[in-house]
Amino acid sequence: MSVAEPDFPSSWKKPPFIKSPLLRWSIIIGSAIYLALAFGTMDVDWERAAEGLPRGKRFLAAFFPPNFSDNLGVMWDGIFESIWMAIISTVAGIALSIPIGLGAARNLAPKWVYLVCRSIIGGSRTFPEIILAIFAVKLFGFGPFAGFVALSIGTIGFYAKLLAEDIENINPTQAEAIKATGSSWPQWINYAIQPQVMPRMIGLSVYRLDINFRESAVVGIVGGGGIGATLNTAFERYEFDTAAAILLIIIGIVMALEYTSGYLRKWVQ
Amino acid sequence: MPLIETPDGPIWKRRTTKEQFIRWFIWLIAIAIIAYAWKGISDKTIWFFVQDAPRQAADIGARMIPPKFSYMSRLWAPVWDTLNIATLGTVIALVIAVPVAFAAAHNTTPHPIVRTIAIFIIVSSRSVNSLIWALMLVFIFGPGVLAGTIAIGLRSVGFCAKLLYEGIEEIDHTQVEAIEATGATKAQQMLFGIVPQVLPTFAGIGVFRWDINIRESTILGLVGAGGIGLELSGSINTLAWTQVSMILLVILSTVIVSEWVSAKVRGAII
Repeated sequence: MSVAEPDFPSSWKKPPFIKSPLLRWSIIIGSAIYLALAFGTMDVDWERAAEGLPRGKRFLAAFFPPNFSDNLGVMWDGIFESIWMAIISTVAGIALSIPIGLGAARNLAPKWVYLVCRSIIGGSRTFPEIILAIFAVKLFGFGPFAGFVALSIGTIGFYAKLLAEDIENINPTQAEAIKATGSSWPQWINYAIQPQVMPRMIGLSVYRLDINFRESAVVGIVGGGGIGATLNTAFERYEFDTAAAILLIIIGIVMALEYTSGYLRKWVQ
Repeated sequence: MPLIETPDGPIWKRRTTKEQFIRWFIWLIAIAIIAYAWKGISDKTIWFFVQDAPRQAADIGARMIPPKFSYMSRLWAPVWDTLNIATLGTVIALVIAVPVAFAAAHNTTPHPIVRTIAIFIIVSSRSVNSLIWALMLVFIFGPGVLAGTIAIGLRSVGFCAKLLYEGIEEIDHTQVEAIEATGATKAQQMLFGIVPQVLPTFAGIGVFRWDINIRESTILGLVGAGGIGLELSGSINTLAWTQVSMILLVILSTVIVSEWVSAKVRGAII
């Protein structure tokens, strides 16, 4: 006597993430081909890389213990320079972002202003701060001023975009109510738009300050001043213990800033 | 919002006098800090160079036009390298980020100590910029694509793991309970209860980070970690400005294309 096949399915399989089998298989095969090509053409000197392990060990050994004392004066200089740079570039960037952000909000600005402001934002968003910094160093010479200019331009792309998007999402009834009182344009901005976008914008400026400090740590590598310049010098002089100390300080400040900015943003909202 | 009684009738003001004073005081402190910070910067600036900048900008601008289009034939290989650094770096990051994220999420972590370690990994990976990672890795592995790829990978671990563990913490617990009620083991609960819920988030994070990594990998060459940044710094150092403008055009189009791809894919997933 044979057991009859049950009418219901007796096994179950997880439904696949991508439903269409054609798309699924083409993605799988495509990625396999890509990986094969990528690894095939990647010009890696494996012998040199294999040396990396003992080198890495020596490198790490040279990092410990971090040397906070020998170059203390230079380190403090670099850190303060970075902090000043972050503050000034955030302030300048935001000051420039406000008119651009107002112009880039479709519900405030006429079409041609909108297009001009959007293209300014697009332009400053495309290039990473480092590339901006390279050109700023070429134009303004070595030092924190170049870093300041690069970070300010970077801030415009970030801040003006978010400001414009926030203004586009405001509650229009409040704006209408203020307009109905016969307010002038500046009054309208000040009483209808500004209070609605302010809390988020304060949070974002703290966040941007945080980003600008991080970035100020790298613009120094291309000559833009700040702690990055100190770090780069430490690497170039093979003073890894000092470099380790600088890295630890950067990590510490970044973590502190991240907690403060998170806390401040919660408090504002 | 106080009303102030005057002989001519009430006047509406936005803030009380006390609020107004506090505001002025905060502004005063803020402006003092800004002025001090500005002094710190301007003391270290050679103003002659700054005054000279518009002339320099015009000069460099003129030298950059027209871009040297014939140089493109030599740029395909670095572009391909840049793409590989970003993509393989993202893959490395995602592979490492998955266990870290599961260890860091409140509802899946095996032990609070493991969670602390995972959070520490996330924070330290996020605090060090990819350029600094690359700077260190070039010392270890020598200049080249490998150092860049690993730098991008290490830098992205924190970002991916952070977003992923937040996604894991936000899942719907009833589904996991339902799986548990069938008598599934812990591993099975994870595989059938949690993973299907976070898979779309995971794919979205991967594509999002890939887009950021394309941007970041264009500059890694500045410290010798391969890709198009190497050509860029070479061209800048040899003052070949027509090549520089060509490279900038290439970077611009790569970034635009990657942004478009990432927006399309994320639109399809979410």
